[in-house]
Amino acid sequence: MWSRRQGRLRPVVCGVEELRRRRREREAVLRKARREQQLVSKRLLRDDAPEEAGEGCVSAILGETEVQQLLRQAQRGTEEKRERALVSLRRGLQHPETQQTFIQLEGSMRTLVGLLTSNQAQLQLEAARCLHELSHSEQSTVAEACLPATSYLLTYLSSHSSDFIELCLYTLGNLIVESEAVRRQLLPQGIVPALAACIQSPHVAVLEALGFALSQLLQAKEAPEKIIPPVSASSSILASTLPQHMLQLLQPGPKLNPGVAVEFAWCLHYIICSQVSNSLLIVHGALSTLGLLLLDMAEAVQRTEDTGLELLACPVLRCVSNLLTEAEMETVGGQMQLRDERVVAALFILLQFFFQKQPSLLPEGLWLLNNLTANSPSFCTSLLSLDLIEPLLQLLPVSNVVSVMVLTVLCNVAEKGPAYCQRLWPGPLLPALLQTLLFSDTEVVGQSLELLHLLFLYQPEAVQVFLQQSGLQALEKHHEEAQLQDRVYALQQTALQG
Amino acid sequence: MQLPPALRARLAAGPGTAEPLPVARDPTANAAPFRFAARPVRFPREHEFFEDGDVQRHLYLQDVLLQVADVPEKPRVPAFTCQVAGCCQVFDALDDYEHHYHTLHRNVCSFCKRAFPSGHLLDAHILEWHDSLFQILSERQDMYQCLVEGCTEKFKTSRDRKDHMVRTHLYPVDFRFDKPKKSRSPASPGAGTKASAEVQGNSGERSEGDAMEICTEPVVASPAPVGERRTCSHRDIDHRKKSQDTEKNSAGPREPLLPRRGVP
Repeated sequence: MWSRRQGRLRPVVCGVEELRRRRREREAVLRKARREQQLVSKRLLRDDAPEEAGEGCVSAILGETEVQQLLRQAQRGTEEKRERALVSLRRGLQHPETQQTFIQLEGSMRTLVGLLTSNQAQLQLEAARCLHELSHSEQSTVAEACLPATSYLLTYLSSHSSDFIELCLYTLGNLIVESEAVRRQLLPQGIVPALAACIQSPHVAVLEALGFALSQLLQAKEAPEKIIPPVSASSSILASTLPQHMLQLLQPGPKLNPGVAVEFAWCLHYIICSQVSNSLLIVHGALSTLGLLLLDMAEAVQRTEDTGLELLACPVLRCVSNLLTEAEMETVGGQMQLRDERVVAALFILLQFFFQKQPSLLPEGLWLLNNLTANSPSFCTSLLSLDLIEPLLQLLPVSNVVSVMVLTVLCNVAEKGPAYCQRLWPGPLLPALLQTLLFSDTEVVGQSLELLHLLFLYQPEAVQVFLQQSGLQALEKHHEEAQLQDRVYALQQTALQG
Repeated sequence: MQLPPALRARLAAGPGTAEPLPVARDPTANAAPFRFAARPVRFPREHEFFEDGDVQRHLYLQDVLLQVADVPEKPRVPAFTCQVAGCCQVFDALDDYEHHYHTLHRNVCSFCKRAFPSGHLLDAHILEWHDSLFQILSERQDMYQCLVEGCTEKFKTSRDRKDHMVRTHLYPVDFRFDKPKKSRSPASPGAGTKASAEVQGNSGERSEGDAMEICTEPVVASPAPVGERRTCSHRDIDHRKKSQDTEKNSAGPREPLLPRRGVP
């Protein structure tokens, strides 16, 4: 997955502390953007060989005359000279100032597009690289200046040069997130059919780039109404062959490429959580494919330490969790449903992995566990027979959010009746509950009370032990809390009568 | 977090569904004040539940970092020449050659040597420029297919098609892969020489307007002793083209019935 990316785009070697600081800063910026629902990212593919860039050599900002000169030089002379002019231009375009100068120069984009569509292969590639630099700009005026080139970028998606296609895709991916105005041009220009044709490429780099571009398109605000639904054939994702191909690319096996899979898993997530027409995906076998992928990931996690697997696990978990809520689930045949007990085993292996490597993903994993167990006596039975209650309880101290979810899952099990509660007690559950009753978070305590209620109802012998272990005092702590009062009182009554 | 040792074994074993324990609910289970109800939860796109995972995703995207410190060298091979007849370009890296080949030689019209970015556009070109049957049929029905991938609309004239592409698909008016045919029909004797005249005329300029109209570039990428290689000048190419065209025309109005793609 990461080999090509690491090869071409390894980070600058600077201090570890510096890297950490930069990462924290960026994370804060991203969180803020997410809260404002403005979370977009562009990608930059830069290919300078070190000897060209030189030691600490920074390319210069180009002024208007220089840009004009380079454009002129790029249009005539030997191919080698023209190419060199474009390379210089491209280096200059790494600077926002040069980008501004370029777009303000009359005829500059027209010239660049001419070079992009010229009959000289290397010039095409260099022109495309210039365009790519521009597409990455944070300034809308610069990115939007690339619009005259989009019909050609799309045309080239059905060409055969994989490097070139990859570049076009990343450029398109950057332009897509620029604004709705840009997308209003790209959609009628046929970006969806072009991507659908391109997804059949055998080149891994092309597929990864395509997944990225598609994920950008699917993340758009207007995607749930205008891009995903099968409204008009020309611009609809669900009406195209993309969903089937995406699922194929997510099938576990020797041909699964993690970098490609990550992109398409995110694509699927954006489609599914838009809740447009998920039954279509279920019919295409999404649940079984993703279920098998979960198994595969759980096995991979046991084999290697640092795989970056959480980047793939996150969207896959989300997809499965959301798909499980589809009402159609009831009517769809057994093949399409998720019934395999190994999914529970895989999920716990992944939960352990998150616990060690990425605790922020624990809620997402537990969300899936909730959706698996809520209406499924079979999965609840699996939790019990595979001895997973104790590991689940070990997650309680992680955070309040995690606690609530753990308790919810346990309630899913307990509410199914005496046969289930008999397996929950005696055991570590009651002591754990006595602990959570001491928490201050209202939601955690509330969920604990619900679980206690079920336990007392179906396993009355537990009441005595509860009393012996100062359960009443624990309850008493919350008798003033508005949200908890009624339930606290009811439990106290039950305990005293029992 | 400790997992039971049997769990890994379970994962490695075959698929299976647990036989569920009997379910028996008491109606007072969710009687007030208790309100727990087991149900699957769904989260919509923008829900804050997704914040952490989304931020991680974008950190990954942005970690495709801007500075390049350690790029592996393009694998170099001993210099070789493009094998396509008439092309003298020399390469020492396979990636460059791949791009060159696909751009200039892959989808080439065997009639007029124009190169196209895709098989789709080449097919349309051959049909519209070199197929007399097409010309005949187009007088009676809409034959000019929209060039945008996925659009199945057809039009009476290439002008109508262009209007459609501009209006519906927001394509540029001067889209370079939709040049109208200059001569009237391929069967007319003037056509051959006109086409070659066009090629000749264009070969001199390097103007941006001429996309894909000449297939080979007579420029040698790496320095080579003059006497050693056959230098491909414009003149040679034109000379060969001219004689080919004259041959075609002198054979009479017989036109190939099946359009052939350029097969390099």
